[in-house]
Amino acid sequence: MDWHQLWVIVSAPDNIPIVAIVFLVPFFVWYGFRQSFATDRLIAKLEDDPKLAKVHHRKIEPYREGWEQKVHVWPYLLRVELLATIIVTVILMVWSITLNAPLEEPANPNLTMNPSKAPWYFLGLQEILVYFDPWIAGVLMPTLIIVGLIAIPYIDTNPLGNGYYTFRQRKFAILTFCFGFLILWLLLVLIGTFIRGPGWMWFWPGETWDHHRLIFETNVDFHEMLGIKSQPWIGLVGFLAFGLYVVVFGFLTHKLIVWTEFNRKIYARMTLLQYLTLQTLLVSMWALPLKIALRQLFRIKYVWVTPWFSI
Amino acid sequence: MADEEKVKDPEVEETPSGESRPSLIKRLQVTLQPFVDKGKEDWNAVRDHKRTQLWKSVFRHKLDETPRNRALAVLTNVFLHLHPAKVNRDAVRFRFTWGMGGLSLYLFIVLTITGVFLMFYYHPTKGQAYADIMYLHNDVPFGGLLRNMHRWAAHLMIITVWLHMFRVFLTGSYKTPREFNWMVGVILLVLTSLLSFTGYLLPDDQLGFWAVTVGTNMARATPLLGHEGPFGPELGITAYNDVRFALLGGSIVDSNALLRAYIWHCIAIPLILSVLLAVHFWRVRKDGSISGPSPVMLESEMKRPRK
Repeated sequence: MDWHQLWVIVSAPDNIPIVAIVFLVPFFVWYGFRQSFATDRLIAKLEDDPKLAKVHHRKIEPYREGWEQKVHVWPYLLRVELLATIIVTVILMVWSITLNAPLEEPANPNLTMNPSKAPWYFLGLQEILVYFDPWIAGVLMPTLIIVGLIAIPYIDTNPLGNGYYTFRQRKFAILTFCFGFLILWLLLVLIGTFIRGPGWMWFWPGETWDHHRLIFETNVDFHEMLGIKSQPWIGLVGFLAFGLYVVVFGFLTHKLIVWTEFNRKIYARMTLLQYLTLQTLLVSMWALPLKIALRQLFRIKYVWVTPWFSI
Repeated sequence: MADEEKVKDPEVEETPSGESRPSLIKRLQVTLQPFVDKGKEDWNAVRDHKRTQLWKSVFRHKLDETPRNRALAVLTNVFLHLHPAKVNRDAVRFRFTWGMGGLSLYLFIVLTITGVFLMFYYHPTKGQAYADIMYLHNDVPFGGLLRNMHRWAAHLMIITVWLHMFRVFLTGSYKTPREFNWMVGVILLVLTSLLSFTGYLLPDDQLGFWAVTVGTNMARATPLLGHEGPFGPELGITAYNDVRFALLGGSIVDSNALLRAYIWHCIAIPLILSVLLAVHFWRVRKDGSISGPSPVMLESEMKRPRK
């Protein structure tokens, strides 16, 4: 173990927010899900006992007969806000006094930084660059992420879970979002920060960043594995493989959408447009972990090669 | 009136000749007495300052702890009137909202203030920019603190915005009637990243230069609009007219890119972001204030969708 190398990475000024994330995100995941599960227990209780459901206040928050439903913003909310700003100001002050913001040598186009990394919050996208061409990783994926996020309220036809933490009533939505946010976004950011070293090579934590390390990876295209060598067939085979992926994963996604009795109820509320949008977004999303697996396990570079673009 | 004065005047002239003239001090006292009286009045008014015109003009209501005054304290204040007078009693708990949206706003304010101070010391010029940062960091009193706070607050804001989105998702707060505000929120999230990204280049150091080089190189590959993207070359796109050229004001990250990043960072994006922030907050109120914690709805209570 090269502890020094690990310390160099962790203590790099630009990586400090990511070290914070390593603690903050798991805490808030736990904090949110703890409330979700508490609500779920309440929901189960109310579903078993319709009489109780009629009279219960239906929250996991403390409740007493006769309490006002609303409280004055002044002082009950404003004091919390004041306290929060004071705490954050103190944290920020201490942070700023003890740790200097990153500043490297003056910009020099002739001296390439190795590894040269994007800002930490875009490292997920830079990591995707390993698996996809820049027009997918740098343009298509970000666009799909933004469009997909915006589309969420319009394709989620589940009316339950509006305004309270719950897992039981929104399993599909929450698992999908957590997969996208925690695995496909944050985990890739962490990999980009802590794992990727010089030459964007994979260095396990504690491994020394060797600037002269050479890796002889021979990535092959899918058609090369099949021994196909001339163009119209290369494109055609790729197109078929891509089409097969869309069909198979579209089918699997459909199975997921109609997995349970409850899911089928939600599915019945969808319009065709909503369903197709959801399918498109999810099939695009599965492509990322699949391509990562294809690359890491089978060293496949491209599945579909055409003269204009390659996937 | 004029006649009376003429009659009185000689009397005043006469008296001093017979009796001794009142002392200068006495005369001053008589003259100043009205001022003293008025001064006392003012002093008494200041002791009871809440009845002065000045006080009343600033504060539009009394301060005794009545429900009415508590409501007015929020409603008559331009900064506080983002809030309603009353909120869901469970929503003031930390555990429901995590306070991440409010903290994002607070950090945006911190960034604006520290950012304005930074602008006093910074020229967006190649060569000068890095020297300005060195000067600011090493020679300007509290300059280092200022720069550090700006940078760390920016990073922190990215984190708080992400966590805000995560909380809003977990509580299903994007559902009807808040769909549009979720959309505005997503755009704000993107703008926050772009704000941070444009700021990255400004110190003009190796970190910023290569981060922006890596970042904008992706724009080369934009389909149709990038010179290395699918169908770009077929449409006559070169390195000198593609979307990356528009971002950088050139084909490499150089002085034009620095100026463009500076203007996007200090003027354009903050303006757009502020407008959208106003929309975001407005819609939070108009869409029925904060979403919860609301009473749970059971599966058996699901209504049929309106077709």
